[in-house]
Amino acid sequence: MTSALDLLVAALLVAGAFFTFTAALGLVRLPDLYTRMHAASKVGTAGSGLLLLAAGLHAQDGAVVARVLVGLGFLVLGAPVAAHLIARAARRTGFEPE
Amino acid sequence: MTEKILQAALSLSFILVGLSLLMIVWRFLRGPTLADRVVALDTLTAAAMGLIALVAIRSGFSLFVDIAVVLGLVGFLATVVFARFLLMRGAEDELPAQPQRRKGRRR
Repeated sequence: MTSALDLLVAALLVAGAFFTFTAALGLVRLPDLYTRMHAASKVGTAGSGLLLLAAGLHAQDGAVVARVLVGLGFLVLGAPVAAHLIARAARRTGFEPE
Repeated sequence: MTEKILQAALSLSFILVGLSLLMIVWRFLRGPTLADRVVALDTLTAAAMGLIALVAIRSGFSLFVDIAVVLGLVGFLATVVFARFLLMRGAEDELPAQPQRRKGRRR
């Protein structure tokens, strides 16, 4: 049981780190503010969410899992709102997509 | 055996997340406009949450998860405030040859 949980945690860790790296790569390589935001907000949220979930599962404690789920909820609710606010502010101050 | 796999995955994750932090900081320093820097700051907060989760697994202190949650909340507030600041300040000085906003156009 514990070994299966370890494997699950390892898979979540690798997936989360891969998503975080992809977000950073998109932030560096993509040509435009809006495309950078597209990479950063979506993939970054997925990456850190998976890493948090891995931390919660590794602790094997109900209270920790509950806190992780609360943090995940804040992340999933907050990141799109923040990205939308930045995109709207950029659009209204005159950034044009290339 | 699975313990070793977990440790290897943890080390790989530390390397990948550390590289991501460096790349995001590069975009933050480089970013041609203020909006790019704000996006980089937002992503930096998310990546730091991931790093704190990794530290929680490696050190065994699940208390670090709380720190990650609080960092997420503070980062969200910082991004919202920076977006308001960007909206109020306009984009005058850092953008070369941007077209003017059309008159009479509502949000």
